[in-house]
Amino acid sequence: MGAVSVREISIGFGEIKVLDKLSLEVAEGEFVVLLGPSGCGKSTLLNAIAGLLDVKAGQIWIGMRNVTWDEPKDRGIGMVFQSYSLYPRMSVEENLSFGLRIAKVAKDEIARRVAKASKLLQLEALLPRKPAELSGGQRQRVAIGRALVRQVDVFLFDEPLSNLDAKLRNELRVEIKKLHQEIGNTMIYVTHDQVEALTLADRIAVMRAGVIQQFATPTEIYRRPINAFVAGFIGSPGMNMIEGEVKDGKFESPGVSARLTTYPGSTKDAGRAILGVRPEHIGVGRAPEGRTMIRGKVTVVEPMGGETVLRTDVAGRELTVRANGDSPAKLGETIDMHFDVAQSSLFERDSGARL
Amino acid sequence: MSLSAPATGRPIARRLRAKLPVLLALTPAIVIGFVVYLGAMVWTVRLSFSTSKMLPVLDWAGFVQYDRLFATERFILAAQHIAVFGALFITLCLVLGFLLAVAIDQNVRGEALFRTIFLYPFSMSFVVTGLVWQWFLNPQLGLQQTVRGFGFSDFKFDWIVNQDFVIFTLVIAAVWQASGLVMAILLAGLRGVDAELWKAARIDAIPTWRVYVSIILPMLTPMLATAAALLAVSVARLYDLVVAMTKGGPGLSSEVPAKFIMDNFFERSNVGLGSAAATMLLATVVVVLAPWFYAQQFRKRRGRA
Amino acid sequence: MSALAEPRGPKPKRISLARLGIHAFLIVVAAFFLVPLWVMLVTSFKTMNEIRLGNMLAWPADFTVEAWYKAWSSACTGLACNGIQVGFWNSVRILVPSVIASIAVGAITGYAMTFYRVRGANALFGLLLLGAFIPYQVFLYPLVRLFSSVGLYDSLAGIVVVHVAFGLPLMTLLFRNYYSSLPIELFNAARVDGAGFAQIFRHVFLPMSAPIIIVATILQVTGIWNDFILGLTFAGRQNRPMTVLLNNIVNSTQGEAAYNVDMAATILTALVPLTVYLVSGRWFVRGIAAGAVKG
Repeated sequence: MGAVSVREISIGFGEIKVLDKLSLEVAEGEFVVLLGPSGCGKSTLLNAIAGLLDVKAGQIWIGMRNVTWDEPKDRGIGMVFQSYSLYPRMSVEENLSFGLRIAKVAKDEIARRVAKASKLLQLEALLPRKPAELSGGQRQRVAIGRALVRQVDVFLFDEPLSNLDAKLRNELRVEIKKLHQEIGNTMIYVTHDQVEALTLADRIAVMRAGVIQQFATPTEIYRRPINAFVAGFIGSPGMNMIEGEVKDGKFESPGVSARLTTYPGSTKDAGRAILGVRPEHIGVGRAPEGRTMIRGKVTVVEPMGGETVLRTDVAGRELTVRANGDSPAKLGETIDMHFDVAQSSLFERDSGARL
Repeated sequence: MSLSAPATGRPIARRLRAKLPVLLALTPAIVIGFVVYLGAMVWTVRLSFSTSKMLPVLDWAGFVQYDRLFATERFILAAQHIAVFGALFITLCLVLGFLLAVAIDQNVRGEALFRTIFLYPFSMSFVVTGLVWQWFLNPQLGLQQTVRGFGFSDFKFDWIVNQDFVIFTLVIAAVWQASGLVMAILLAGLRGVDAELWKAARIDAIPTWRVYVSIILPMLTPMLATAAALLAVSVARLYDLVVAMTKGGPGLSSEVPAKFIMDNFFERSNVGLGSAAATMLLATVVVVLAPWFYAQQFRKRRGRA
Repeated sequence: MSALAEPRGPKPKRISLARLGIHAFLIVVAAFFLVPLWVMLVTSFKTMNEIRLGNMLAWPADFTVEAWYKAWSSACTGLACNGIQVGFWNSVRILVPSVIASIAVGAITGYAMTFYRVRGANALFGLLLLGAFIPYQVFLYPLVRLFSSVGLYDSLAGIVVVHVAFGLPLMTLLFRNYYSSLPIELFNAARVDGAGFAQIFRHVFLPMSAPIIIVATILQVTGIWNDFILGLTFAGRQNRPMTVLLNNIVNSTQGEAAYNVDMAATILTALVPLTVYLVSGRWFVRGIAAGAVKG
């Protein structure tokens, strides 16, 4: 009913091609996040699924139906926008019921659905108010409610939290996750914020320049990014990228020498490569058995409250370390650090592809 | 934020010197505001309570001129005419302007050309408009004759020489001139509507016409009010069009207050009567525009809060 | 539709009835707006004999520019019969100083009101705005008496002063709004640098004022050229503007009406603002928006 299948669609404006033969399969009830930097095509893809943009080639299926030529209203979708897009001169209740009134749904049915959605989203007290009297978070909940009352199969979200301040963003993020757990509909969510992606998604599609780089679970994307771009995009502070060479089963770089026996991947004499290690995977102090050792001088100490971020200088390069609790080292100190190659990622230098 | 000044001289003199250039700059505005606007307005009202005929006389005659005014058939007719004209003109301009703005908003081909065509009459003088339409509606040589020449020998359109219908010809000419203005104002408003609002309505399955009527029209209310206020000002001022198109005729059937006032001041040497009429005009304008002004202030205050 | 197995690729475009209807509506209304202009034009190029035949829409069978010559140089505008060229040059002589003066005064007033807190400035501005809504007839007679007592009545200087006075509310509104929208840091930086009132205006804000000066010029040129009542009352016999002379030519009761000459004179009068409109395009609309959106 709610599975979404995008089959080799191409979208362009004039000469510019935004998406080229892109395919994506979203299972029914799945929460998929389209993640990427601005201009990567994620909103374009979402608008195409919604029917707000026409495709130049390819097909879009929702459920068992080919909706490629269907108007948005016939696709069984609901959509929530970044700018709330509530009808400004109508009350919350009128906003929720307007679409149903146009469709000539029976009055008691309208009342029932509005009541159900308001309860689910805690809008009951807000029903008589106008959008101008609501906070950003409340407005967004009304926007979600508008999609809920239409009882659609698929929910589409276009950066819905980007206009909210940090605290509200966290609150509403949790609410959206709870909503998905409660009603179980297919949801496709666009954002540039990796925290939203990691916490909300069943699977994430990381996009760049109109191409899906990797489509996998958050864990998979975090642990085994498919290329240097994905690796650098997820994780904050970003993954440390160390340039060097792979020879004889070892990764060599000034200040870093790592044996690759435990590395989960093929590393035959790959030549120039980049070793990626996440700051949270680097420990400070004497290395336990089997881990790679490095020495570096602490250049910046950033206390973050529950953790500390250290910037260190390792043979002229900056390495970032994230440690729990208070700082394990002082500014200017030369310290020992260690990491496990099994947790790291190796990428080919030129293509960025994972080894 | 006040000006800081060089630290010489006594405090008051220093402040005055600092403010001097500003006061100088504002002098034209002060003079114009108080002499031309406030002064002349007060003087006119004062004259309405005098017996002035050809020259102003500063006696006190109570409401004599007003009694005369309301007994003058010409003034009563003028008031009736301007009321009919005003209601029709404003309504038609708003409706036509709105429909044109909506039509152009549909991404039609040749949008720029259409906009130019609908707005060009507004760039012309009311005198030019009046003369053009006087010619166009000329019964012997204009519309009526031309249509009869096409074979419809019973076609009648002599409104401009017909006492009961001439006011409508003024409405047609004025709407021709001014609806472009309403269209321009409303089009700017339509273009300001968030694109995502349209997307949301499209997804909610709301038909386009319904979006305009139920969602966008309420959003445009302040702009419609502004357009209506501007049109109302033109109605009160209506003089050039009448002089050029019908000279107030036939007979008195297109007389309007502004013309009545001008004629009494300058041709009939009835300064007191003219002042009384001018004061009535002033009072009407204030009464009609006060609610709009108040609404503007209210909106501004609420917006700032 | 049987040939296509299923929808794929771009949606086929259908011309809906609604879109046709919208285009039809626009074309009909465009005709309403253009036909009078057409009639004006063709009438001016016809001979009186042809005009009397009564088909105002027809293209001239005997195309002639005779009427235009007559309108320009020999039409009777009252007692004199020197054509409407007299009015044209009068209007130019009124227009240039009036536009320059009213923009200059408006700019300085707007600048002073934006950046300097003077007690009563806001009230003054309110008074000006209020005055802008009131018909001229309320002010006219006392002004006439005032001007004649200081010798300004029936003179070029008088009509210029009148145009500056009645243009001040709109001009101040335009410049005040414009300067308010500029970052105040510019003003503060100049003050810190030690510049005074006139210096800041001349060196910082005047150079930045090009867009609003263009808009103000368009509005004033159109408004002053098209003015009738002020020119009729204050300009005096020597300086009557084109609109006044035009009205005399057409609506005079002397002699037989020469409709082709009338139409030629009308077009000549409309030519200046119409040209400004066509040339300025988007700026004209911007001017309307700036004037209409009060505060």
